[in-house]
Amino acid sequence: MRHIISILIENEAGALSRVSGLFSARGYNIESLTVAPTEDASLSRMTIVSVGSDDIIEQITKQLNKLIDVVKVVDLSEAAHIERELMLVKVRATGKDREEMKRVADIFRGRIIDVTESSYVIELTGNTAKLDAFLEAIDRSLILETARTGVCGIGRGDRILRV
Amino acid sequence: MMQLTGAEIVIRCLQEEKVEHVFGYPGGSVLFIYDELFKQDQIKHVLVRHEQGAVHAADAYSRSSNKIGVCMVTSGPGVTNAVTGIATAYMDSIPMVVITGQVPTAYIGQDAFQEADTVGITRPCVKHNFLVKSIDELALTIKKAFYLANSGRPGPVLVDIPKDITTQKCEFQYPKQVAMRSYSPVVKGHTGQIKKALQILLEARRPIIYTGGGVILSDSAEKLTKLTHALGFPITQTLMGLGGFPATDKQFLGMLGMHGTYEANMAMQHADVVLAIGARFDDRVIGNPTHFGQISRKIIHIDIDPSSISKRVKVDVPIVGNVPDVVDELLKQLVAVDAKADGKALAAWWKEIEGWRGRNCLKYKQGKEVIVPQFVVEKLYEVTGGDAFITSDVGQHQMFAAQFYKFDKPRRWINSGGLGTMGFGLPAAMGVRFANPKAQVACVTGEGSIQMCIQELSTCKQFRLPIKIINLNNGYLGMVRQWQEMFHGNRYAESYVDALPDFVKLAEAYGHVGMRIEKPADVEPALREAFTKHKNDLVFMDFIIDPKANVFPMVAAGKGLSEMILAEDL
Repeated sequence: MRHIISILIENEAGALSRVSGLFSARGYNIESLTVAPTEDASLSRMTIVSVGSDDIIEQITKQLNKLIDVVKVVDLSEAAHIERELMLVKVRATGKDREEMKRVADIFRGRIIDVTESSYVIELTGNTAKLDAFLEAIDRSLILETARTGVCGIGRGDRILRV
Repeated sequence: MMQLTGAEIVIRCLQEEKVEHVFGYPGGSVLFIYDELFKQDQIKHVLVRHEQGAVHAADAYSRSSNKIGVCMVTSGPGVTNAVTGIATAYMDSIPMVVITGQVPTAYIGQDAFQEADTVGITRPCVKHNFLVKSIDELALTIKKAFYLANSGRPGPVLVDIPKDITTQKCEFQYPKQVAMRSYSPVVKGHTGQIKKALQILLEARRPIIYTGGGVILSDSAEKLTKLTHALGFPITQTLMGLGGFPATDKQFLGMLGMHGTYEANMAMQHADVVLAIGARFDDRVIGNPTHFGQISRKIIHIDIDPSSISKRVKVDVPIVGNVPDVVDELLKQLVAVDAKADGKALAAWWKEIEGWRGRNCLKYKQGKEVIVPQFVVEKLYEVTGGDAFITSDVGQHQMFAAQFYKFDKPRRWINSGGLGTMGFGLPAAMGVRFANPKAQVACVTGEGSIQMCIQELSTCKQFRLPIKIINLNNGYLGMVRQWQEMFHGNRYAESYVDALPDFVKLAEAYGHVGMRIEKPADVEPALREAFTKHKNDLVFMDFIIDPKANVFPMVAAGKGLSEMILAEDL
């Protein structure tokens, strides 16, 4: 099962390596990991997407909680939540592809944020599946470069992760 | 308020923590700290001969008392030499504070002389570590280190101090206490869960109590003994748990696991209720978890670390809490409900256990010609009145010591259980002796292990430590040889140690007493001589033993707990 684990962690040097080190040392899988400071600059929020059985995910959350710098851990995927990922795609946009690319970007509610004579950079936000679907929808040979942030997520409604 | 240098602050902090001994080795990055050590006499420094020895000594200082061991090493190689010791302490959850020097802040990252990424290298084998970035946070960081090391599930904590910080100045005030929003270990267990556990215990027909190092570390032996007597259940212990319940008590089934007793392993496997306390169901204890899981049983697990619960086996009643608090609560509730487990079922269970016990799985034969290792440990037990502190290294001798020295008291059995570090025994014996200056201390070891930290014989001379080294010398790396004999077709790849030193002369060269014992009849007299005539000397006793002796019972790696190989089977 795929799980989205959100962590509040002291914003200190080395905090990220404690988390990533834990995953590699214990053989846990990381699909994506994002991190940035929160509105409280002393805290960072980390979102990790991992795949594992319920037992493994339980161990992951316990082991994360055991790290001294970790303040809170929540498995977002346990209940209603929203997940988003940002992707920037640079595509070749010449001739008839130029029009087609614009059309597909519109369908996916993407925005073209950089234009040259031969290329576009398209900005796209959504869940992982939507971004994958976009890449499937366009001609693969036109993709010059992609940059994805990895998933970040937040609980719906009253589910709040803060200190 | 007084302005103090960083070096002065380090020493003042240690004094505030009532540290009496620091085990260490000086070097460039810690010179200012050593200078301050020199200027005071409250803290005694123990100069070892290799940093690994310092860490093992500090570790065993903790294990054999309830004080926190402290060690100090320099940057770079000082730290890398210390890593084995730190990992040893981490695997066995031993509270310890490690102070390491670091190159000056401005040099960090420039591949400076004796620079190593200490925080990075030690991160996976410490409970936590700190790199001190400013003089202002030095005192608080050291306070945090002591707090973290000895609270919750204990462990080693490292403080890395760049050299420039030891010369800078700031006002010193040692924090009285420390609170960390990210760290608040649970103490009391959930009352409802404890109630549920008690219900299951009272309904049990084939119960067993299984305890580990957590009982020793939390000083709960007395409470555990009370609870075990009140319940009347059989009890078994892990290698790390020995001494948590008197080994001479009838309710004790001996150690369980890979080299546990037949009765302990059979009872553990066939129990319908397991009360696990401060233990972690590791691979050397329950063998193959799938095989263990084939029989359904209810498991109650008390542990301060939630991540130890349901890690290898599914637990029915998890109780997260400090062992003494939870055991206390269990006892209180037991008295309050004024009930007893089904006496008839329990009697039948005990009868079955006595049948297993009757196989006398540890029996061995001592002939007239060649000394067998079991005999030496039994005689050591008799000669020391069962009251010595026994440290060990890793291998066959370790198992013989665990099986044949009956520990009635906690903190008397000092060994590297989790990491299995050869070279632990001798420096550990030093740490024990500093924490218990009048105690009898023996290091049960082998000719392989002892050579991994043999340089500490020199430290023992400097500090006049009258340790008795019981070297079970069979010329082989015995446990490796045993596996090769059993699982690798007698191909003894590199397990025979040719060209051993003359240990008697070696001991004498270091200024100690050396003895070689080759005949069974000489074992007891030699031990008596060592512990009486040479009471105040370090005696290196080189016992030449049967090179073919093996440790039984044995659960082969990956096998089920009840699939034991017994000596009588061969």
